[in-house]
Amino acid sequence: MSVQTQFPTASAPLRSATGGPLLKMVARDVKVFYGAKQALKGIDLEIQENRVMALIGPSGCGKSTFLRCLNRMNDTIENCRVEGLIALDGEDVYGHAIDAVQLRARVGMVFQKPNPFPKSIYDNIAYGPRIHGIATHRDELDEIVQTSLERAGLWNEVKDRLREPGTGLSGGQQQRLCIARAIAVSPEVILMDEPCSALDPIATAHIEELIDELRENYTIVIVTHNMQQAARVSQKTAFFHLGEMVECDDTEEIFTNPRDERTQGYITGRYG
Amino acid sequence: MTDLVQQDVRTQETRAMSVTATKSRYQSAEFSDRLRRRYAAERRFRLAGMAAVGIASLMLVVLLGSIVGKGYTAFWQTQIRLEVTLDKTQVEEGNYMPVLRQALYAVVPEVTDRAGRRSLNELLSSGAPYQLEAMVKANPSIVGTKQTVWVLADDEVDQFMKGFIRRDVPESERRLNDIKIGALDKLAAAGAVKSAFNTTLFTAGDSREPEQAGIWGAIVGSFLTLVVTMLLSVPIGIAAAVYLEEFAPKNRWTDLIEVNINNLAAVPSIIFGLLGLAVFLGFFGMPRSAPLVGGLVMALMTLPVIIIASRVALKAVPPSIREAALGVGASPLQTVAHHVLPLAMPGILTGTIIGMARALGETAPLLMIGMVAFIVDIPHGLTDSATALPVQIYMWADSPERAFTERTSAAILVLLAFLILMNGLAVFLRKKFERRW
Repeated sequence: MSVQTQFPTASAPLRSATGGPLLKMVARDVKVFYGAKQALKGIDLEIQENRVMALIGPSGCGKSTFLRCLNRMNDTIENCRVEGLIALDGEDVYGHAIDAVQLRARVGMVFQKPNPFPKSIYDNIAYGPRIHGIATHRDELDEIVQTSLERAGLWNEVKDRLREPGTGLSGGQQQRLCIARAIAVSPEVILMDEPCSALDPIATAHIEELIDELRENYTIVIVTHNMQQAARVSQKTAFFHLGEMVECDDTEEIFTNPRDERTQGYITGRYG
Repeated sequence: MTDLVQQDVRTQETRAMSVTATKSRYQSAEFSDRLRRRYAAERRFRLAGMAAVGIASLMLVVLLGSIVGKGYTAFWQTQIRLEVTLDKTQVEEGNYMPVLRQALYAVVPEVTDRAGRRSLNELLSSGAPYQLEAMVKANPSIVGTKQTVWVLADDEVDQFMKGFIRRDVPESERRLNDIKIGALDKLAAAGAVKSAFNTTLFTAGDSREPEQAGIWGAIVGSFLTLVVTMLLSVPIGIAAAVYLEEFAPKNRWTDLIEVNINNLAAVPSIIFGLLGLAVFLGFFGMPRSAPLVGGLVMALMTLPVIIIASRVALKAVPPSIREAALGVGASPLQTVAHHVLPLAMPGILTGTIIGMARALGETAPLLMIGMVAFIVDIPHGLTDSATALPVQIYMWADSPERAFTERTSAAILVLLAFLILMNGLAVFLRKKFERRW
């Protein structure tokens, strides 16, 4: 809509300079403006394939904004302007090579508040595959629904009531349903925006286990306010502060030996 | 053990004493006074509310009571039984009235003078011969035989039988003279006068004679008008609302459009009638008095109502649903068509039905485009001359005959029944499809 972009380069490297795993997504000098207000001040970040990247930082630091840039969900916000380069497999996601709808099929999203469609559990999962034409036959669709629910660890709880509304499940089950819905379209990257903030500790533990399992097949970026959670589930952690990316390193490194004072202050609970 | 208990009791006592000693501000006399005033204010507010509801209900009861009280008699119509001899030559010439009159004269043979017989003639409705004609057409074998028939009485006879014309008024001031009353009494004594359900009211078009007038023509006219209104305003209204709410950028132009739509909803309906007169009749040369034009005008009038109601319904759909759909890769149109619109549908339907109900009850714009006309025929198409139910009420209310007064109220009752039905449907749909998330 009103998103304007500038592209410094049209493509990004697939591996970092020091080698290592494949870079699934790369952000270079990403700036986001809401009208005149600048929300992100030039973010550089590399997201490795089949790893969990945690974005932490105090409220309003821009981590959710950054997350929503990765699958262009910011397109729907009026007056939002994105500058810089965000690449998926080396291709600029704001460029002509990738369409927003296509991008969102490849980069799925799980939101803060569980938001199942007010339809049956089955239809919640089957919706994505249906609109993308992934499954044409009833049997294929049934199989996708089952495997998605199994992967999300929900199958055993709901297999007998697939026709019941998804909104009738408990909060934790709803969030797993949303994860299953994201998985159903076989994305490459899954973005999670504080997926456990509305859940109780047991449901949270469930989701965290799930994230760890999903890492095998997907690249995951998770925004969280819970530092223990970041420490538990992620391999890489990036600390955001006031629209800047202060520090990004291995999770262990960040939590045991932060380089920046602000990071240390945040993770030791001095502010945030 | 006992020591401990005693000690415990003592500490409780001292605690209680210390509380009374340092009375908190919520226990002061000033505070309890304030509390009392707060409760008094609440009681006053509740009483005022109940009084308001009571007054509103009373008004409604008085209104409905007066309409029902004046209108219910219109659902019955007096009929007179006559023994007619269907003379072959007269039937062939189509002279059914003399056949009926001969039968009536036979009932009161003592009236022989011209003036008296003219009075007797006026007992029967001018529509009575058509009833007889219809009978003969349906069954030609009865020609030449003697038949017992029930025919419509004149509207004044009907009013007399219903007790609206009083006997104790001097003859010169009475609508029915003594000869007529004498004949009616004789007929009634023989059981030849009855009050039957007034089917004419629901099957006939308008007429100058109250006993032959009905609202079917007006109902059909209203129906055709509403069909045109609905076919135009619903799709256009919903499409406009979806575009403005879901796709249009928020800028000065869309703000301007929004303000204009809100203003249009408040424009007096007669202005839309003038617009219809100038544009549809004047410029496009469409037929006068046609439901097509009426429907076009009503559609213009209903559009803002539907757009506003639909936008409110669309706005009420939580953004998380849109995000969820976009998040799995649905296109903006798929998001709206598959998720947002179905969730907003109950609200949209409610708004639409209420808009339609408003159009059904509207008179003023129809006056401007010539749908206020004396039209006897039942309209068969969108370009036939027609009138609408509220306009029919308006015209009957203008008629001097006592019988039209009760028919006016009866027509209002029918219109109210349709409106209640439509609003009930709106409530039902909202309750049925309402979803929680």
